Amino acid sequence: MNSPAKFPGHGNKEPEELYEKRVFVHPRRIDGPFRRFKWLVMLVTLGIYYGTPWIRWDRGPYAPDQAVLVDLAHRRFYMFGIEIWPHEFYFVAGLLIMAGIGLFLVTSAVGRAWCGYACPQTVWTDVYQHVDRFIDGDRNARIKLDAAPWGPGKIARRAFKWTIYLVIAFWTGGAWIMYFADAPTLTVAFWSGTAAPVAYITVAVLTFTTFLLGGFAREQVCIYMCPWPRIQTAMLDEKSLIVTYKDWRGEPRGSVKKAEKSPGKFGDCIDCGMCQAVCPTGYDIRNGPDVACITCSLCIDACDRVMQEVGRPRGLIDYATLEDCERERAGGEPRPVWKSILHTRTIIYSAVWGTIGLGMLFALGNRSRTDISVAPDRNPPFMLMSDGSVRNNYTLKLRNMESRPRELRVSLEGLPGGVLWTEDMPREAAAPAVTRAVAADAIETMRAYVIAPEGVEDREFTFVLTALDQKGESDRGTTRFDAPGGED
Amino acid sequence: MANDPAQGSHIDEATGTQTVGHEWDGIEELDTPMPRWWLWTFYATIVWAIGYVIAYPAIPLLDKGTEGMLGWTSRAQLAQSLDAQREQRAADVAALAGMPIEELQGHPELMDAAIAGGSAAFKVNCVQCHGSGAAGIVGLYPNLGDDDWLWGGDLKAIETTLLHGIRQPGDEATRTSLMPAFGRDGLLTAHQVDTLAVQVLSFSGKGIASDEGVALYDANCAVCHGPDGKGLREFGAPDLSDAIWLYGGTREQIARTIHNPRNGVMPSWGGRLDPVTIKMLAAYVHSLGGGEDFTAETAAPAAAVAGDEQPR
Repeated sequence: MNSPAKFPGHGNKEPEELYEKRVFVHPRRIDGPFRRFKWLVMLVTLGIYYGTPWIRWDRGPYAPDQAVLVDLAHRRFYMFGIEIWPHEFYFVAGLLIMAGIGLFLVTSAVGRAWCGYACPQTVWTDVYQHVDRFIDGDRNARIKLDAAPWGPGKIARRAFKWTIYLVIAFWTGGAWIMYFADAPTLTVAFWSGTAAPVAYITVAVLTFTTFLLGGFAREQVCIYMCPWPRIQTAMLDEKSLIVTYKDWRGEPRGSVKKAEKSPGKFGDCIDCGMCQAVCPTGYDIRNGPDVACITCSLCIDACDRVMQEVGRPRGLIDYATLEDCERERAGGEPRPVWKSILHTRTIIYSAVWGTIGLGMLFALGNRSRTDISVAPDRNPPFMLMSDGSVRNNYTLKLRNMESRPRELRVSLEGLPGGVLWTEDMPREAAAPAVTRAVAADAIETMRAYVIAPEGVEDREFTFVLTALDQKGESDRGTTRFDAPGGED
Repeated sequence: MANDPAQGSHIDEATGTQTVGHEWDGIEELDTPMPRWWLWTFYATIVWAIGYVIAYPAIPLLDKGTEGMLGWTSRAQLAQSLDAQREQRAADVAALAGMPIEELQGHPELMDAAIAGGSAAFKVNCVQCHGSGAAGIVGLYPNLGDDDWLWGGDLKAIETTLLHGIRQPGDEATRTSLMPAFGRDGLLTAHQVDTLAVQVLSFSGKGIASDEGVALYDANCAVCHGPDGKGLREFGAPDLSDAIWLYGGTREQIARTIHNPRNGVMPSWGGRLDPVTIKMLAAYVHSLGGGEDFTAETAAPAAAVAGDEQPR
């Protein structure tokens, strides 16, 4: 099917058309160590994707028991034992930075492994290509069916296949929304028609995109839409592992018959085309590294199998670094792959990645679950009272980030003679400290009226928030007390 | 590989792709063919745009733009959001309408709603005199955030002041009283006015009482301001013994007030604002930090009287 000319840049010598006709890729079935590894990765990644929302995690009666939950409505993010509040979003930012550096690390060590094995586009394309194979047969049968005229049989087959496409797409979209609400509750609500509109819209959109991108766009996403292959081009270097064809060993190509006729004239490549036939993007790896090669390694499986059949050594197409290629081309010994993984860049990336990870773990372990923020009234900055004392008003936010109700005490520090009262108590009850019961995992907003005796001057003072429990966590909010005669 | 402008584009050797024909410092651009579906996507966006122009207001004409088949306008959308807001508040508004303001403190959630609504209404109707922070202006308008109330600082008293105003002509129920212009009308001599000013200051310990002062005060002032200068809320007579002076607390300023008092006016809002908004405003003013409880007032009515001020 795919002549090399179908990909920009390889083999074709004629001026191109302005627009390129899509040639659908029908990869051939192959088995081998890499294919088995891909099965495993698919199983693990899909398992994580579909299964995670259903894992339960007991957090007591005041918090949801879903292990991973992005609770947008209440602005909470739960991940097993960790709960993130919106103002702690830097933990998520840190996680994203780790993911980014993780990608650099993987790319620098093993090239486009992300593209080849773990990228959702790769995994779902793989799933859909297996559906093709299951319904329509292997490569040749599918090419034949594609070319066949539309008749009842083809329509029925297509309808059946696309229905399966849709079911998978729907299941994909349906699993996504489970991360944003209690999965069992949402499932019931979804099927009884009582879930929020956004749930149905999200499922509809993701069903459509999965159906389109996995079922039809496939390798077009990698070749034309995705920025990652371009970025990776800049991150790969001569020490990065890529899937490559060892042309010094394979060229010139010739069939087994030809090679028997004129021994010594031909290389190891018998030009059987298996490497391209199994490629999920339809690329011919013998043309060299390219955006279209997602390094899924199925061509290695295919070529190794052919080499075994014709009795030549494996590894004509193999993982290698460009440095290794140079060495082998010059007659050097092939280097074991694991040696390519450890070099300066990968070590530096690992160190940075690990440092951020450890830093985050440390920060997570030490963060306070009690927080106060103070907003002084700016207009008016102070209020003279009839007895000559001065009042300042503040809006306090007391955050109880534990999943249990707590008594929190607000006291004044650094304001001699200062007392406070709140909007729900009479002024007569003003005291140097007040106690509030704050619900589990909640913010209590309160007005604090703070009075200091006559003669007070502009000064800084501190609201001290103390949890009245065994842990006794506390937090401080320093602010200004304004008085008559001050600068403001 | 240098590009000959006369020749224009050529086939790039390394990739086999046509170049577009220009070159910058040896860098050329490949004319890589785009996929067909990209073209179709582009056509689809054009179709979408045409549909959008037909459905929504789009093309500006001389006097106005095209209206669009769906009849959407941003004003209608605003009206819709406002209606939605009104509907959201309807329950609170209805509850407030049917509740005497004395009971409001027993309903904290309704109180919060009333304070929020009052805060908004205050910014429209009250800030012109009392200021956006409700701190008033010394010498003109009273501060609503302190604990000094001329006519009473519980919810009901504030509501009454709002409804009927202070010295509002034409409102029978308005709060009213009149301090005589002792100096201007010749009731007292300038010396007597000054002596009285010192006497007034003595209530807060800032002046020394004299026999003449005491006599003058008892004869002219005590009937409203009380024998100790503690004021009397029935007449809106301010407390002269506290730290708060609406028209200034120096000897000269006090003398001026005795000579020619202001007798400030607050308009009545009963005819201009609906009863619910008035209740909300009362709740908001009460929440500023100086609001009084009903119990506190009944327990010690005389002790909680107000200063040299104007209506609250």
